Amino acid sequence: MGCLESLPYEVLLSKISFKEAREFLARFPEKYDVEPGYKMFDIRIIGVPPIRVAVDGDAILFPFTKPCHGTFLIRVADGHEEIEKLRALKKK
Amino acid sequence: MPDDTTDRTALLVMGCPKVPVQTSLVLYLAGRMKKAGIRTIIAGTPSARQLIRVADADSHYITEMRDLDQVIGQLADGDLTVSDSYIFVHNDAGVSYAASIQSLTHAPTTAIIFGEEASQVSEEITFPCRIIAEPATHNPMPIRKKLDEVAPWDV
Repeated sequence: MGCLESLPYEVLLSKISFKEAREFLARFPEKYDVEPGYKMFDIRIIGVPPIRVAVDGDAILFPFTKPCHGTFLIRVADGHEEIEKLRALKKK
Repeated sequence: MPDDTTDRTALLVMGCPKVPVQTSLVLYLAGRMKKAGIRTIIAGTPSARQLIRVADADSHYITEMRDLDQVIGQLADGDLTVSDSYIFVHNDAGVSYAASIQSLTHAPTTAIIFGEEASQVSEEITFPCRIIAEPATHNPMPIRKKLDEVAPWDV
């Protein structure tokens, strides 16, 4: 399991519900749905499927859930590699 | 362990340990499972696991404990298969974990929902899942009674 602390990340929203994260990400034109357990930056994404993640330029936005702190909406500025993975997934 | 063991592997997933009834109920369910010969894996955060480890120092009730993130990875990678799961839920994050476990295991999942907001949290369950819910915070008996009625260790 990876650690968020090893990434250059920004917290856009904190201690929100999973539903709020999904609604926030709906505003982005480029978005993808992934299943629970999807690996991004060596982090397993947790949530009620399908889990929405979004692309904003070169940045990637995704929900990050911890048992005691709820869900955070995370933005990683340089998400090129992960964005390509998502785009390739959609083409399948 | 009893002489007769089953081929079942049950997964007990702990949430944040800030509500007192969780640790007691996890030990109770794990103990009943162990007595029935069911392999039981308890997954949780380091603090949730420490509460269990201290309360059951000689492993009378527990058999196996693993890190929650590790278990999610093992289920996603197909390195762990379980026959049924029991997720302890008292907040929105717990619902997310329950949904994830249900999706990853494709096996019967039970959400054991407690805490002051048990009713509202129950309404967030929109995926296939048995629900055992009581607004319990300090007294585990109402949920223990419901567990005894369902008796998942007998199934």
